[in-house]
Amino acid sequence: MLKITDLVKRYGGGDPVLKNLDLMIEGESVVSIIGSSGAGKSTLLRCINRLVEPTSGSIELNGTELTKLRGKSLRAARRKIGMVFQGFNLVDRLTVMENVQSGRLGYISTFAAITRRYPKEDVRRAFELMERVGIAQYADTRADQLSGGERQRVGVVRALMQDPEILLADEPTASLDPKTSEQIMGLLRDLAGELKLPVLINIHNVTEAKEYTDRIVGMRYGRIIFDDKPAALDREAMDRIYSGSPHADRSEDMREAS
Amino acid sequence: MSETRDTWQKPPFIANPVIRWAVYLGAAVYFLWVGATMPIDWARVADGLGRAGRIFGGAFPPSFERSGLLIDGFLESLKIAILATTGGVLLSIPIAFMAARNVAPLPVYYIGRFVIIVARSFHPVIVAIIFVKAVGFGPFAGVLTLIVYSIGFVAKMLAERIEEIDFGQVEAMRAAGAPFLSTMFYAIFPQIMPRQIGLTIYQLDSNLRASAVVGIVGAGGIGATLANAFGRYDYDFALAITIVIVGVILISEGVSGMIRKRIG
Repeated sequence: MLKITDLVKRYGGGDPVLKNLDLMIEGESVVSIIGSSGAGKSTLLRCINRLVEPTSGSIELNGTELTKLRGKSLRAARRKIGMVFQGFNLVDRLTVMENVQSGRLGYISTFAAITRRYPKEDVRRAFELMERVGIAQYADTRADQLSGGERQRVGVVRALMQDPEILLADEPTASLDPKTSEQIMGLLRDLAGELKLPVLINIHNVTEAKEYTDRIVGMRYGRIIFDDKPAALDREAMDRIYSGSPHADRSEDMREAS
Repeated sequence: MSETRDTWQKPPFIANPVIRWAVYLGAAVYFLWVGATMPIDWARVADGLGRAGRIFGGAFPPSFERSGLLIDGFLESLKIAILATTGGVLLSIPIAFMAARNVAPLPVYYIGRFVIIVARSFHPVIVAIIFVKAVGFGPFAGVLTLIVYSIGFVAKMLAERIEEIDFGQVEAMRAAGAPFLSTMFYAIFPQIMPRQIGLTIYQLDSNLRASAVVGIVGAGGIGATLANAFGRYDYDFALAITIVIVGVILISEGVSGMIRKRIG
């Protein structure tokens, strides 16, 4: 269970990007976060695994408070949070197997990592997962030889290798063509079911969000203004989420403040 | 509405006309003053021309009689260059990581930059003079000198490459909970490896060249052989050495260029 309470993130001295945000994700649901660019979707996701430092508030994953962790305990917590990136973030010059095994770097010693002596069960798990998503034949291929959809599959397998308790996906399909994009979304949904894994997906494509996820969270300018089943996302709700501009939102805030 | 202009001139380099003309005039006056006050003794220039003629006259034809000495000198230069490149590059890697703003914390970054600046501040000849004083004549002083020289160049270029990496790959390792060294070996090294190899080959080539120069101030190698030949007025042998130096550098430049093109 992921429980976010009163989360604030402020860059420098400006307006906060996330404003006293509360969010609860229970069980193995697939949740999508929609909202226009600059609404704070990415920042929210990155606060969870602390790639971005939250300013204040609390984030709890299965009973562990994440915001106070440092050093070793932070790394141990991050192992339990898988992340899939928009730009895939694969190491281009390494093989697919090395990329997949890099999801285990938090578990194995640096020496084992450098010498590529991966534990037998990790290699077996890697082949199982790669077989599942259809990239097993590429184990020895360099990551930059693959197509976009294949690369994102490597990204997904890498995240799953962490044996995560939750999976974060930051615009996982934004760099892909529509067909591949649907395949990846379908894969994420199916894997979430198979592995009993809650998945949190930032996404721009509302149609895909409706089709592939169980719950939609709508963000606008650092706040959650919609949180319901996909069926409840009607025209009016869409307008509230996407209308206006960050600039208008800002001046609105100024009026409230004055 | 006024008529549309049909003339245009590029705005002057310095917008303020007073400052502009002051700069031009100042520069002209300075050059005239330097020309007028530099102590050039034309009589001595004329003398020197004669001496130069004698040296070149003595140098022809080049003498390869003592080629044993020449080969020994070159082998020593090669050893100096290889040792210095290995040591210099190995030391450069951690220093480059220290001096890359995107991976090093600020105090470490300053230390790294400081080391690079010190290593770059002095010409190898000056460094060689210091090391010859410190550890005595011979190739060891040459190796130390070229290690410093290599750090100045390789660490700086490598640090710049590290600053250009795709940080998303580092982020992915961090998100997986990877410790610092594992992150470095998985996300950073693969990205900088081609540059690293290219720089090493270039530096080997460069060190071979520099080893001839630092030899003249006593740091061993072919440079020492050349300095000795001059000292004993063996201009024909000196010319032979010079020809071979040029030849070897041409070859090494060709080979290193070829290798760097392959891996680029």
